[in-house]
Amino acid sequence: MTPLAEIWVYLAQEPLAALTATLLAWLAALRVHAWCGRHPLANPVLIAVVLLAGGLLAAGIDYRAYFSGAQFVHFLLGPATVALAVPLYRQFALVRRSALAATASIILGGAFAALAGIGIALALDAAPEVVASLAPRSVTTPVAMGIAERIGGLPSLTAVVVILSGIVGAALGPVVLDWAGVRDWRARGIAIGTASHGIGTARALSVNATAGAFSGLAMGLNALATALLLPLLWGLLAQ
Amino acid sequence: MIGAITALLVCQLAGEILTRALHLPVPGPVIGMVILFMALLARRKPAPETLGGTADALLGNLGLLFVPAGVGVVLFLPVLARDWAPLSLAILAGTLAAIAATGRIAQALLPKEALLPKDDP
Repeated sequence: MTPLAEIWVYLAQEPLAALTATLLAWLAALRVHAWCGRHPLANPVLIAVVLLAGGLLAAGIDYRAYFSGAQFVHFLLGPATVALAVPLYRQFALVRRSALAATASIILGGAFAALAGIGIALALDAAPEVVASLAPRSVTTPVAMGIAERIGGLPSLTAVVVILSGIVGAALGPVVLDWAGVRDWRARGIAIGTASHGIGTARALSVNATAGAFSGLAMGLNALATALLLPLLWGLLAQ
Repeated sequence: MIGAITALLVCQLAGEILTRALHLPVPGPVIGMVILFMALLARRKPAPETLGGTADALLGNLGLLFVPAGVGVVLFLPVLARDWAPLSLAILAGTLAAIAATGRIAQALLPKEALLPKDDP
């Protein structure tokens, strides 16, 4: 084996290269995001995913081999979700005053998000398992995968659809909210968190502390509401 | 910092155990978030400084944590190519319509606040 090939085998097997590439892609994405004046369309998650996915396809590297290294970053999603309690607690005085209105908006908005996805997919004659994979698209990935499994969708396709919905919401959501005349930071946070879960919350947190807290709250409540209600709704619609 | 990370992991672990023991439909980390929130409420004091700092560091780079799962899109290029119309329309139009609708509903229902904090961070 040539030395170059040996180095390639080492890089492809060890988690170090995938982990380093993920962090480098993220730093590059943040740089581009800053160059574009932090415009929501230049979403760093989108840029980093495009860079890495393009790199894997170009180099012919298997996704599973990449993930064995990148899983160390992926693991931190759990503790980060728990940490959302901190901004929520800091804004608790504000959250408590609007708790009832916020909960009602999140449940109505979550139902609207699920029905809009189902309606569009049905109107375009999508396969039944694709419709079922699209229905839970606005809730955080693990919940969405569980729901998809229960209503006959493909959990792994759902994971991709959920992440793409998060990126779309984070990249275009602020523009849409401006058009719709939604200027209240609480309402903006609720809208982004309900429709675009954690990726939307990441964007909301980076823009405004109030929007971030309400977005985290919306993500958690919508996960609960959708997990409880969507399978019931699906059963009714299927009849 | 290690204390704060341990606190986050303890809450997550307790959440994972609870969701499995009680067959809750919500993932462990979301229950962990509720547990940490309750613990902060019970203390009746501002969040501890080290916990606050660790949470800010993690959440300041929350987007990064979605990247490894997002790259998984490469596994689904054939499905995306086959069903691109319903998938892209439901993801784009469905999500953006949901954001506009939820934002309008929330703005209409929320009580007006006299003093909304401006762009603080």
